[in-house]
Amino acid sequence: MKAQAPILQVENLSKSYRQAGGESTRAIENISFTVNVGEFVSLVGPSGCGKTTLLMSIAGLIAPSAGRVTVKGAAVNGPPRDLVLVFQEYNKSLFAWRTVLGNVLFGLEAKGRSPLDAEAKGRWLIGLVGLEGFERHYPWELSGGMQQRVAIARALAYEPQVLLMDEPFGSVDAMTRLELEDGLLKLWKELGTTILFVTHDIEEAIYLSDRIYVLGRRPSRVIHAVDVRLERPRNQLTTRADPDFMKLRNEIYRRTAGEARNEA
Amino acid sequence: MKHRRFNLPGLAVFAALLLLWEVSSHSNPNLQSYFPPPSEVMSVLFRLAFARELLGHLVDTLERFLGGYLLAAAIAVSLGVCLGYFRLAHSFFDLLIELLRPMPSVAIIPVAILLLGIGDAMMIGVTVYACAWPILINTIDGVRSIDRTLIDTGRTFGLGRMRILREIALPAAAPYIMTGLRVSLPIALILVTTSEMVVGGSGLGYFILDEERSFRTKEMFAGIAVVALLGYALNRLFVALENRMLAWHRGITAKGTP
Repeated sequence: MKAQAPILQVENLSKSYRQAGGESTRAIENISFTVNVGEFVSLVGPSGCGKTTLLMSIAGLIAPSAGRVTVKGAAVNGPPRDLVLVFQEYNKSLFAWRTVLGNVLFGLEAKGRSPLDAEAKGRWLIGLVGLEGFERHYPWELSGGMQQRVAIARALAYEPQVLLMDEPFGSVDAMTRLELEDGLLKLWKELGTTILFVTHDIEEAIYLSDRIYVLGRRPSRVIHAVDVRLERPRNQLTTRADPDFMKLRNEIYRRTAGEARNEA
Repeated sequence: MKHRRFNLPGLAVFAALLLLWEVSSHSNPNLQSYFPPPSEVMSVLFRLAFARELLGHLVDTLERFLGGYLLAAAIAVSLGVCLGYFRLAHSFFDLLIELLRPMPSVAIIPVAILLLGIGDAMMIGVTVYACAWPILINTIDGVRSIDRTLIDTGRTFGLGRMRILREIALPAAAPYIMTGLRVSLPIALILVTTSEMVVGGSGLGYFILDEERSFRTKEMFAGIAVVALLGYALNRLFVALENRMLAWHRGITAKGTP
């Protein structure tokens, strides 16, 4: 069956950067993993482990030094049409000269939708991320969490089959973060978009995902893969108190901590 | 801060200076022939305005101003966006820009006369040349200061280079571009009036110099007053337009300063 083929495949991906002295540093090395249609997959790893480099390569924004990425079976060499990246720095990624609605409409314009049904679609998406009534506001008039919701709505307007998210909730406060996590799960359930989510927060990864790939320190590799079989819909109180949740957290934590010890 | 409609202290200083001029001009007959009292300049101004002679010069100057200014804006903004976005292109032109920019633009008037004659083409030509620099420099700076993430956002949404230039780089650099356009506004007026003085024929610059040579100082000052008012009006118009277009940006900057 065709549906069984993974929507996203990363094979032996490596990326080195040449430094000023002519030496090269390896950011990621020999990374392989797959993501299936409709899955919520997280990549977890310490800060500065090359997660952003990995995601930028998958998004076709930088060229890898070796290996390859395929989306729906086609090799990536440039930003693929069915995939869009949500950046951590929403304040740098949103268009300050466009209103909330204008930003969301950009996603539709980029896809080439007719302006007539575009506005209705844009308003629907804004409602979906809980920003009804803010259509005419400019990004700077909103809180950080609200701005990231605008960025997510804009990305969804593009109707990607795969949504890449680079620590999207990394710059918002803890309370807002929990809200955004639940909002994202709701969207994911409703739209069925495949999501590849990058975070350095182990608990966030467990709470959201079907599967987690744990990345080691630079040069980054996949050191561990875990399936998360916690019941859905998930709940910030009961899911996080589930003994299986704790077990997973400890397992992943031990892996990353062990990594750090081996290196020392 | 609330914007006041009338700047009373400013108006008071202006009125006081006019009064001082008026009084000293009346009290000294020798001075009067060089500096006629403002009241007489005003009455000459009204007479000229209705005689339509001055109006004709004003229209000529305005046409040259608009032609030169708008042409410079179109050329410098498009060139600036490209030079700001494509690093390689910028490295080719960087030195040339740095050499030509500091040169006083009126120095090219003789060259322009040789190339373009003594008509409108020459006057518009030097205006375009002089106005282009501030717009070009500011546009390049504006595009170069755009955050990488903003460009990558366009790329991940599948936009090609030209669409990124038009839909992202151009609006993101708009505050810089507007600064360049504001700086060029008085420059355009300076170049138009100066070249009118040099090649003559028509326009406010020509009128001012011609009246001076005929020793009609009241008429000369009336011409100067019209140029001053024109510059003032154009600037007010520009600021109003800028405030409308960059409402989003004013919000950000206002938020940044407590």
